[in-house]
Amino acid sequence: MHFKKLEEEDPKKLEAFQARIDAEERIEPKDWMPDAYRYHNIRQISQHAHSEVIGMQPEGNWLTRAPSLRSKKILLAKIQDEAGHGLYLYCAAETLGVSRDTYIQWLHEGKAKYSSIFNYPTLNWADMGAIGWLVDGAAIVNQVSLTRTSYGPYARAMVRICKEESFHQRQGYEIMTRMMNGTKEQRQMAQDALDRFWWPSLMMFGPHDTDSPRSKLALQWKIKRATNDELRQKFIDKTIPQAELIGLKIPDPELELQADGSYKTGEINWEEFYNVIKGNGPCNRERLAHHREAHARGAWVRKACTAFNEKYKGELVLN
Amino acid sequence: MNSKDNQGPLWEVFIQSKPGLPYKHAGSLHAYDKAMAIDNARDVYTRRKEGVGLWVVPSDQIVSVQPKDAEAFFDPADDKVYRHPTFYTMPEGAQHI
Ligand SMILES: [Fe+2]
Ligand SMILES: [Fe+2]
Repeated sequence: MHFKKLEEEDPKKLEAFQARIDAEERIEPKDWMPDAYRYHNIRQISQHAHSEVIGMQPEGNWLTRAPSLRSKKILLAKIQDEAGHGLYLYCAAETLGVSRDTYIQWLHEGKAKYSSIFNYPTLNWADMGAIGWLVDGAAIVNQVSLTRTSYGPYARAMVRICKEESFHQRQGYEIMTRMMNGTKEQRQMAQDALDRFWWPSLMMFGPHDTDSPRSKLALQWKIKRATNDELRQKFIDKTIPQAELIGLKIPDPELELQADGSYKTGEINWEEFYNVIKGNGPCNRERLAHHREAHARGAWVRKACTAFNEKYKGELVLN
Repeated sequence: MNSKDNQGPLWEVFIQSKPGLPYKHAGSLHAYDKAMAIDNARDVYTRRKEGVGLWVVPSDQIVSVQPKDAEAFFDPADDKVYRHPTFYTMPEGAQHI
């Protein structure tokens, strides 16, 4: 696939495109768009889709060990939602002219990334609480902002996803609250989960604005509606009072409440962030290997369905 | 589409949220046949009772106006303001009209 550089585009078309963006019009699949805009969306939406799908693994790890039938049903429903989110997003991504098969191939080849948070292991039940509360909480902040993204199919997928996400965060916070109201060991488990997931959750918003070269154009084209640091700050300010309310301590000795009511955190360990992105996180290999294996195991079903479909040419009628 | 290993053709999904309301486009999905398409549409798009009615349509069966042709295509309606009630002057004092 060849994508034109911005300099190679017709300046008149670029100008008209920017005018549509500035007028808050949504860009639809068959509209003219600069290749760089298409490329940025291909990258961002597919990365988002892969994250939803890979994100099922750390939680799937605890399905058979959920402490009650109630918690098992909830976790199952949440994971099913994430599968759905992946599907909405793949469909949005496909409208940009890349097939689902190609997106999956790019994931397997390591050409496409997914959120680095899912490369951390889930060691105990409290991690289900921490993920719902923090990871889905961080995702919500990002996704709410993306309901106004300029690419129509992406924005519509985000609206649908946001409607479903709030239960995800609430069920996670409920798990944390219950554990904090439990035994000393349970409180320690909850604190331990926060200690491990706090910083990776902050990393989910990506590098600082000053280190995010692609952001400028993405903001200009309104693919992104807020910067990484703005979104991160929103999440921090929302989450810290929630932690305090149930007696959890944010693992940051430099944390400071400022005069305007917002919190200043210590510096994020960016070395760890880039290391996980490069594939050296605790679970990168495992996550990808599992996805490849699951996809390969389904190959015979896809083959059988294709053969069946070719034979009957869709003439089988439902009613 | 990889002819040996693929996700099946694309379908568009339309949901009717309440009786009497029009069907609205919700998104799309992949499925190999009609039965699978409607089942997948239920599981992907109506997990929270979003609908009382559901349609799936093979995407390649939908005919649409290309954006580049839209202006000329819709142009016949441009100069027919008399199709709108506001075009007409009513005498002062006329009521219920
Ligand atoms: Fe999600
Ligand atoms: Fe979620």
